Formats: sequence, structure tokens, C-alpha cells
Amino acid sequence: MSLATLDLPAPREGLLRRLSDILVRRARLLTLLLLVPPLLWLGLVYLGSLFVFLGQSIFSIDEFSGTIVREPTTATLLELFRPANFDIVLRTVGIASAVTLLCAVIAFPIAYYAARYAGPKVKAAFYLAVMMPLWSSYLVKVYGWKLLLAREGAIGWLAGKLGLGGALEAWLALPLVGGPSLSVSYTGMVLTFTYLWLPFMILPVQAALERVPPHLIEAAGDLGAAPGLVFRTVILPLAMPGVVAGGIFTFSLTLGDYIVPQIIGTSALVLGQAVYTLQGTAGNIPLAAAFSLVPILVMAVFLTLAKRTGAFDAL
Amino acid sequence: MHVHAAPIATPAVRFAGVVRHFGTVRAVDGVDLSIAPGEFFAMLGPSGSGKTTCLRLIAGFEQPDAGHIEIFGETVEGLPPYRRAVNTVFQDYALFPHLSVGENVAYGLRVRGIGRTDRDRMARDALAMVKLAGMEARRPAQLSGGQRQRVALARALVVRPKVLLLDEPLGALDLKLREEMQSELKGLQRALGLTFVFVTHDQSEALSMADRVAVFNEGRIVQVGPPEEVYERPATRFVARFVGSANVLEASQAQALGGPARPSSLRPEKIALLAPGAPAPEGASLIEARVTEVSYQGPVRRVSVLSADGLALTAAIPAAAAGVMAGASVRLAVPAGAVRAMEGEE
Amino acid sequence: MTRAPLSLKIAAIGGLAFLHIPLLFILLYCFTTEEKSYAFPPPGFTLKWFGVVWGRADIWAAVGLSLKVASIATVLALILGTLAAGALARARFFGREPISLLFVLPIALPGIVTGIALRQAFGLMEIPFSLWTIVLGHATFCIVVVYNNAVARLRRLSPSLIEASMDLGADAFQTFRLVILPNIGTALLAGGMLAFALSFDEVIVTTFTAGQQSTLPIWMLSELIRPRQRPVTNVVAVLVILVTFLPILAAYYLTRHGEAVAGSGK
Repeated sequence: MSLATLDLPAPREGLLRRLSDILVRRARLLTLLLLVPPLLWLGLVYLGSLFVFLGQSIFSIDEFSGTIVREPTTATLLELFRPANFDIVLRTVGIASAVTLLCAVIAFPIAYYAARYAGPKVKAAFYLAVMMPLWSSYLVKVYGWKLLLAREGAIGWLAGKLGLGGALEAWLALPLVGGPSLSVSYTGMVLTFTYLWLPFMILPVQAALERVPPHLIEAAGDLGAAPGLVFRTVILPLAMPGVVAGGIFTFSLTLGDYIVPQIIGTSALVLGQAVYTLQGTAGNIPLAAAFSLVPILVMAVFLTLAKRTGAFDAL
Repeated sequence: MHVHAAPIATPAVRFAGVVRHFGTVRAVDGVDLSIAPGEFFAMLGPSGSGKTTCLRLIAGFEQPDAGHIEIFGETVEGLPPYRRAVNTVFQDYALFPHLSVGENVAYGLRVRGIGRTDRDRMARDALAMVKLAGMEARRPAQLSGGQRQRVALARALVVRPKVLLLDEPLGALDLKLREEMQSELKGLQRALGLTFVFVTHDQSEALSMADRVAVFNEGRIVQVGPPEEVYERPATRFVARFVGSANVLEASQAQALGGPARPSSLRPEKIALLAPGAPAPEGASLIEARVTEVSYQGPVRRVSVLSADGLALTAAIPAAAAGVMAGASVRLAVPAGAVRAMEGEE
Repeated sequence: MTRAPLSLKIAAIGGLAFLHIPLLFILLYCFTTEEKSYAFPPPGFTLKWFGVVWGRADIWAAVGLSLKVASIATVLALILGTLAAGALARARFFGREPISLLFVLPIALPGIVTGIALRQAFGLMEIPFSLWTIVLGHATFCIVVVYNNAVARLRRLSPSLIEASMDLGADAFQTFRLVILPNIGTALLAGGMLAFALSFDEVIVTTFTAGQQSTLPIWMLSELIRPRQRPVTNVVAVLVILVTFLPILAAYYLTRHGEAVAGSGK
């Protein structure tokens, strides 16, 4: 065998190879070099703009000239607690909670079926069926509900055909959830939000359920627990981190949205709309910044609580 | 430390006071080492003993925090792996999943700028050498564990390293295949006249394949020498127990059995079980003892005994010698010279 | 495997139907003869709206702008996201956690906050609205999609492959080209397609960074708020579904082995 006796040609020496010598020896330098472009982009462009904008919440606006007074004050932040403004916050959090709850209720059977009963083929089909709406156009989806919810639209027609027209009218006549038609009511808004964010709930709940070892459920059954009891004492607690993880999405996405309420919903503002109007027509950037802090803070609290339930493992 | 016949000429690999730590863990804690050209050298030790880190230091995947490393006289500290005339067969083989077997073997030739026809021919030859002729077009995923191992071997050898490093190369193979590969590796090493440095935690593998064995413990080499020497004259308690099994005796116990007045080792198979009434062999020490446990292990039976003066010993006797049972009184003979001082122990 | 209870089956299928029926209605209304309301059932069916869309210059201008923005944003996101993934996939260093949080932030914070912040910054630095202001906003939240996909794949890549490559004589750049890139290629492609779909569809941040320009979603938004020929919007909506559907489906098939397509909000 002649393998060891012959010498191979040496690889070509070049600038790149010498540069490689330095990078291989100094892994930290390589990490740093890789990080510089994305960090410049996000750190400077994004984070910079964010701080400049949110920082203005400590300024106030001059009532007469409408210009920004660049002196630190807590007045703007305290304005959030004025009844009219605080109502906006409460209303938005209320809607977000309702959406999250509804998402969890609809998502659970889908996730549970996919995790426990579906074979590989069905599971792939389920996955695609959830991913497609997740990634389809946001506006298209909102538009779909505008079609369905319109007074003359399909839901009204169906209710009429099924003889439920009266029930629909009665529901719309209720305070709070009702309105002149489904497309200008909280009911319509919550339905649309639920529809938009449902996939974000299904995926983590399914991930959490798939982590429940089947033998655990069987063991509970063997020990004589009734199916309902197994569900309540074994499956539900183990699925909770998934629900919380999904809630992170459904909650935060609802808090920040301003387009759905603009197209489907009542004239009462939600957070996103308030920010939009304040920075636009009202020109009150400091208050807009203060309002923007609300969803960020609410989510920070939510995330801290979520971390304790182990929700991040289900993401 | 017991150093056997210092290699002449330039060592293939030389370590002087090499230290490598990860955080506060000193993975390699002052290792001196000299591997002769053409030697089949085994680094043996339990996991976390520093043997793999030493291999990675030779390959260049790790750099020493202190000390000095030479490969054929060339200082290699700071040299990246691709500038070292050593190649590695990885524990998980590390075959490139996106390349065919032929392309895997030709990889090292490709990055050296060797043309397609030449490298294809060389890759074919290398695959033939490891008995995988005609497998060029396969994907690594289509191969068995043993075949992958051969591809990894061909891929490393085709670039003609001066030293071949093997990281637990047989660890993932089943017993039959492992024995087959052992003799094949050994044959390949002899035929090529290459220096092989071989990491393993399996003492029988190290003993059967290597010209010399370095036993590692806690980041240090505790003994280096030919397999017979490491086995017959373990230098420390650790070596005595890790390489094979041994009765470890304190100085006074050793002396009582005719050994030196030093901490010593006594291999179980040296102890003979005397038939009732049979005379003791010339020069042997005699022990009256009670059997506490017998376990059958195929070729041998392991007999644990407790002597009249409280010494617990294990003897390995031919399995055919039946009739020894727990609770029986026996007479054991320890031949002269079987109790050996451990030179690394005080 | 035991069989699912009927009630569970019905609830699961009902839930999936809930996810898809609104999209079917959009398709249905493409063909309605009624253009002033969303009357159901449609009084009649016609194909004329497809012709109308074909002739509308404003729509095609919006499509063109959206395609341009999405392409540039995707390329930027691919470069920056891959670099970030390369730096963070395995390295352990102080400040790693906050940095990975930073990459996720643009998608975690409400789009409106990102949008206003960027608009304020443009105003402050007197940057006029252009194609590039839109691209800047989109690339910011597209990075994370590429990053997520690339990081997931890089973490599955055995580190000994990289060592083996260098052991065999390849320097860092050869190793990247010959080993790393081929092994993360499909993940990058998938990430790029998702980034494209995300950008093509984005409306919230775009409202603030587009000025007077009209991307396709911006065009749709104005039609939703002040509807003119309603079925025209439907035809465009179906077009948008198709343009985003195909890359997402492709991304799914590229990454289905072992890793989920990195889901993310808007």
C-alpha cells in the first residue's frame, strides 16, 4: 500500500485561509463579527427608534400650541388612569381575555385529537390545515369575516333559514355584546380575533399534549379513574403550559391590533386604535407612547407569570 | 510513573506539561507524553479522565492553556486543525450526510484542489482498501454502522496523515463486529506503518490492540507502558482496578503473602485453589479461608474468600474446577512473585 | 391506538372547518354579481371581476411594489438572520439571552408600536418615505423568521461535521461553503419563503412606513374601509392567498422532517 508514502499537494494559501486562521483561533471574534451586522440593524435602527418613541411618554403636550414640551413629567403617564383612558385599557384587556378563552376552548379538541388519535397522515393533514390559515393573509382573513358578519351576509341568512333570526336579534339587543349588526359589535370583533389567532393556540397546545406520555393516561385509567376524571386530573394540568403559551400569542396579538376594531367593531376605541388616533389626527405623541407602554407592560407581566408555569417549553 | 523504553528519534507526538481546563474543571492537568512513529498507542481511561481532550488537543480542536505540543518535531500550538498532518476518525463517524460515500472520502482531496478524476480514483482505491469497493454512490444513511466506520477510516487515510487519531472507534459496534474491526485496524496500521493514537474506555480493547497504553485518571496519565506491563505491574490502585481486576493489598498484607512491604496488587487468576490434602507449590504462600461467594463467568469462576486473619480476596479459578461452594473452607496458594508492588503508591 | 370519541371528532373537525370556511366565502364572492353589499346567497354569478382586476393599473402597481419590497426584505433578512443564527446557535457568552430576545422583539411587540417608532425615527432624521423605508420595516421583523429556521437546523447539525471538515483540511470558509451551507440550505430556503410571505402580507407596520405609496395590503385595507367594487377586492384577496400559499406549502415540505415551521405573529 502506497498511501502513506506519497505527499499530497498542499491546499492553496490565500487571504481567506489566513483570515480563517485568525477566526478559528479566536471563536469569540468570529461570533462578534457575525453578530455585528444584525445587531447594528436591530440594535440601532429598531431598538433606537423604539426607545426614542417610548421615551417620549415622559414628555407632555402643550394644550394650546399642540407642540411637545420636552421636560420630564409623569403627567402623561398618569393620564392613562383618567376614566376615559383607563376604560380603553380595561376594554382591550377584557376583549383579549375573551379571545384567549374562546381560542383555548376551540383549539383544545383539535389539538387533542391530533396529538392523541391521529395517525401520521392525518396528523400531517391537521398540521397543514392549521398552518395554512396561520400564514394566509391577515387582511384577507379579516375580510372573510366582514363578509360573513354583514347584516345581509351568510350568518344572518343562515340564522334566518334555521329560524334563529329572533335569537340573533335578541343577542344583538343585549348590552355590551350586542350592536346594530354582528359586524359592528363586540361579538363580531371577538369572533374575528378568535379566528385570526386560533392557530397560534392550537400549535402549542398540541405540542404540550404530545408530551403527555400515553402510558400516564393509561395508568390513570388502570387505576380506575373515570375518563372525565383522567381528563381533569391528568390531561388538563399537563396541557396547561401549552394553553398559557398559546395565550401569550392570542393575548398580545389582540392587545396591539388596531385594524380589526377599525373594520369590525363598535365606535368605542381599543388600545391600538387609541395609539393610532393619538399619533395621527390628535398629534399627541407623548400620550401615544404612554398608551404603547400598556400592552408591553401587560405582556411583561403575562410572560413573567407564564414562565412560572413552564409555558416556554411548550413553544 | 513508569516509563517504558523512551522512543528514539523525533516522536510522532510529544506533550510537555500540557494543561487544558474548561471553566474550573482541569480536563487535562499536566500531561507529558511521547508517542513513537509507527506506534499503535492507546489512551485508556474512564469518561472524564482527559483522554478525549488529549486527542482533541492533537487534532487541534482544542488549544492547550499551558504546556507544549509537537507533532513530528513541529510545534502546533495555535495551529488550526486544517494545518496539521493528523486526521481523525470520529466517534460518531461524522460522515457528511449531504455527500455520497465517494464524495465523503474525496472531501479532503477536494479542498486541496485535486482534480475530479484524480480524487475519484484515489477515493476508489481508499474504499477498496477498507473493503468497500463499489459503494461510492451510496449515501451514508444507507450504510450499516460498520460500513460507516470504514468510510470514516478511508476518508481520514486518503489524505495521508502522519498520525491517525481514533476516538472510541469501536464503541458503537456490536461485539462480533468489534472483534473483526480490531484485527483489521491492527492489520491496516502495520501495513501502512502509520502512527495510530486510539482513545478508548475499554481496557480489553486497549490491551489487545495497542503497542503501548497510557492510562488516564482525573486529567493525568497514571501509567504508560506495553499492555503486559500495565497489566502485570499496575503502578497504582486505580490502574490495578481499572485495567482488569485486582486484589489491592496494603504493605503489611502484601508482606504476609510473600510480597514486598509496599502497597501491592495481586491478580485473581494468579491465586490457585488447592485440592484437599494437596501440598503447596514451592515458595507459595498458603491461605486458609472461607468462601463467601462464587460466581460463574464462563471460562472462570470468581471465588470471593475471607481468610482466617480477616483478609478479603478474590480468586479466579478454571470454571471446570467445580465443587466450590459458599461457606466451604478452602486452602489457597499465592505463588512467589505474584504479589507485585505498585510503584506509584506510597 | 384507541378510537376517538365521536364528540371529540366532531369538535375537532368543526374547529378546522371554522378555520377554513371564511376563506371559502372569499372565493365564493369573487363570482357574485352584487357589488354594493355582501348579500348572501349571491344573487347571480359572473366571471367579469377577474377581467376588471386584470385591467386595473392601481392594483398591478400595488402588486409590483409589494413584490419588490418582499424580495428585498427577504434577501436582507436571509443575510442578517443567517449571521445571527451562526453567532447564537451554539456560542455561550454573557449577553446571549438579551440578544436573542432582541431578534424576537420586533415580532413580539405590537406592530403598531414598531410602525410608529420607525415613522418617528424617519421623521427625526428627515428620511423621506420610499421603497426603502418600507423595506427597512419589513426586514426588521422578517429577520426572526429566517433566524428561527436557521438556528433550529444549525442546532441539529452535529458539531463533529464541522470538525471533520477542518480535520480534513478545509478552512473556515471552505467548511461554510461545502458543509454548513448545504446542510442548512433547505432551512434557509424555508425561512426565506416564510419571510417573503410575511412581508408580502404585512399591513400594520407598512401603514406607518409607506407614506403615500400603496402596497397590495395597503390597497386592500383602503378597500375594506371604503369599499367600492367589493368583488374586485375578493379577486385580489384570492390572488394574495395564492401568492402566500405556495411559498408556505413549499416551506412546509422543506422543513417537515423533524422541525416545525417557525410560527410567528405579525
